[in-house]
Amino acid sequence: MSQRHVVQVFEQYQKARMQFVQTVADLANRPQNIELLQNAGKTADICFLYSLLARVSVYVCVQRFYKKAAAFVLRAVAKHSPELSQAVVACRGVDALVLCLEEFDPGVKEAAAWALGNIARHNAALSQSVVDAGAVPLLVLSLLEPEMALKRIAASTLSDISKHTPELAQTVVDTGAIAHLAQMILSPDTKLKRQVFAALTQISKHSVSLAEMVIEAEIFPAAMSCLRDPDEYVKKNVVTLMREVVKHTPELAQVIVNCGGLEAVIDYLGNCHGNVRLPGIMMLGYVAAHSESLAMAVIVSKGVPQLALCLSEESEDHIKAATVWSVGQIGHHTPEHAKAVTTANLLPKILELYMNASSSEDLQTKSKKALKSVLQKCTYLPSLEPLLYEAPSNILKHVVCQFSKVLPHDSKARRLFVTSGGLKKVQEIEAEPGSPLQEYINAINGCFPEEIVRYYSPGYSEALLERLDDYQPA
Amino acid sequence: MAELLKIKREFEEFQKEYYYTNREADENREKENQAVTQIQSWFRGCKVRAYLSHLHKKAIIIQKIWRGFTARARVRQMVKAAYFIMKMNFYEEMAVRIQRTWRGFFVRKYIHNFYARKKYMEGLVMKNELVRRELDQLEDLQKRERDCLDMVKEHTAKVYQAHRLHHLLSTKQCPGVFNSPFRPAPHEMELLLRQQVKYQAPTRLASRGKACLLGIPSSTSSSFPVTLGSPLIKTSRTYSSRPILPPIANKTQQGLYGEAGEAWEQRLHCRELMLCLQTSYMHLEEAQNQLRELEPVRLRGTGSTLHHLSQSSSSFPHPAHTGKSFR
Repeated sequence: MSQRHVVQVFEQYQKARMQFVQTVADLANRPQNIELLQNAGKTADICFLYSLLARVSVYVCVQRFYKKAAAFVLRAVAKHSPELSQAVVACRGVDALVLCLEEFDPGVKEAAAWALGNIARHNAALSQSVVDAGAVPLLVLSLLEPEMALKRIAASTLSDISKHTPELAQTVVDTGAIAHLAQMILSPDTKLKRQVFAALTQISKHSVSLAEMVIEAEIFPAAMSCLRDPDEYVKKNVVTLMREVVKHTPELAQVIVNCGGLEAVIDYLGNCHGNVRLPGIMMLGYVAAHSESLAMAVIVSKGVPQLALCLSEESEDHIKAATVWSVGQIGHHTPEHAKAVTTANLLPKILELYMNASSSEDLQTKSKKALKSVLQKCTYLPSLEPLLYEAPSNILKHVVCQFSKVLPHDSKARRLFVTSGGLKKVQEIEAEPGSPLQEYINAINGCFPEEIVRYYSPGYSEALLERLDDYQPA
Repeated sequence: MAELLKIKREFEEFQKEYYYTNREADENREKENQAVTQIQSWFRGCKVRAYLSHLHKKAIIIQKIWRGFTARARVRQMVKAAYFIMKMNFYEEMAVRIQRTWRGFFVRKYIHNFYARKKYMEGLVMKNELVRRELDQLEDLQKRERDCLDMVKEHTAKVYQAHRLHHLLSTKQCPGVFNSPFRPAPHEMELLLRQQVKYQAPTRLASRGKACLLGIPSSTSSSFPVTLGSPLIKTSRTYSSRPILPPIANKTQQGLYGEAGEAWEQRLHCRELMLCLQTSYMHLEEAQNQLRELEPVRLRGTGSTLHHLSQSSSSFPHPAHTGKSFR
């Protein structure tokens, strides 16, 4: 008797569990309830509730009718945090979701792919477990399905998987994802394009060979037409992709420059505002950093005026820091490049950013580095003169050094230096004897006749007047 | 004896002399020996010296000759070496010139080709311009497509609205909402409504009215109040006296479903057909013949205006007239 009683109790529990599953799955069928479920879960004992949900959903996933709803629940659970996703993985949720991916119903596939994406998003180990369950070939197959929503979700999941480590990205690439993603670039659907470009970005960011594989899919001339898409996130993702590709080697950068990528990016920078400019600015910096011919290509495509505009228009420190870094990369190669940078009147602005106490540390460091590197190659004296007046001593050292290099050889520059008051300013600089600054000042003074140097030295008029006091007319 | 003595004395003197001579000689012997030794040694020395100096001179001659010989040989060698070095320097200098020229040429042509770089930069500028133009064109095209789609959507929305608001069409009696008399021309909505309603000459009134009766939601004609009364005045259908324009399309005689309103027309024309008291078995065929005869009547009609309420009574006898064909 009692045994039957006990068995009855357990059966009740099982039935109650099934009922709970079905109710939750029904609720989860409607998207607005997902939020409510999440909120309810926050107040209750989260771990218990969610692990129960996860187990239960896995159980249901294997059955036939509630797959979509169960996948919704798993998605909601996995979105919260890595621990919960770990819980989902631990109760073999990933295998169940992969099974769901093999279904015919596109809604089920979409829900399963979304849940897998949420799991894989958190960290590399979870992505690895998703990949180990064999999800990637199925996701690539679902990329080929005709339903737009399914394609979007599959692309987004692939991007989440491949973003963590190069091995994961390699796994994704090995299943031939790149070719399919490349085909979908020209689709008219905006959100799909966003996800496709995000996926390609995450793949190509890890290593040179992956980036080369992405380039070999010949997306580039076509991808630039997406740079004129009305949706700004599509444009941002395209530019991010270009940035990640360009980052690796000069040859890749050359490929993109040869397709006219620089022009497209500069137009993009001109059209958009705010945070979305950042990948464009960084792309120009990376291109210019590789070699001086690429930097010259950036200058020739009128990148420097555009960067100057960005610097003046943007107010956020990290964007300004990126712009300053890019300018430094462009200008530090040869005097020609430095001249191009200085004629855009960028040096005083960068100096101002350096001196401004409210700029962040990062901005100040980058401004200083950029200033130093550009100044060391700058031989265009008219643009250096304003810096004589305003710069602090560590920057002044470089400015005066440049003057001391150029003035001995150019007589017209000497004349200009004297008439514009530069010599006067140099005399007024106080430097410790023996310091490099003093040596440069001496070198400059050596370029001029003594009388002129004395004439411009501070206190000369007083000295003359004193002589007048001692003078006795004959 | 004297002689003997003399000889003896001489002998003694001689002995003494001899003794003295010997003693002198002995005394001088050492000295003379030494002198002789000295002379001899000096002479021997001279001889040896002469010999040595002879040897010396000869040795010098030999050495001189030998050293001259070796020195000349060495000099010859040195001259050869110097000559060789001079030649090598010359060659090397020439080789350096060649290499310098070649390297300058090679580097300037193949590695740091200034003109290629310049051309590349110019080409890049042109390519950029090209890309920009193409992208502009593409953007333009896409924008136009999107605008077109938007316009089409808008237009369909308007047409749908006009379809729903068909009843706001202006009538002859009363101008509609969109056709204010103060406007120089009707509003576009009015035009759409007219399109919806397929605004035509009012000769089609009756059929349209009958279509209304049959519940088909065709657009009401301008004589809306007329059609309201139509269910009550069945026989006042001024059908036959109101000439109706023929339909343009070839009117295929009915399959299973006749034209809208046709059944009603048939009923009106051949009321006898509908009466269940008819008994003639030819009745059906006769009724159909009657119908076919009616069509030319319709064809003969001339255009007339819609307001034929007054004519309703005059047209009444027409069915009766056609009823002559019966029996």
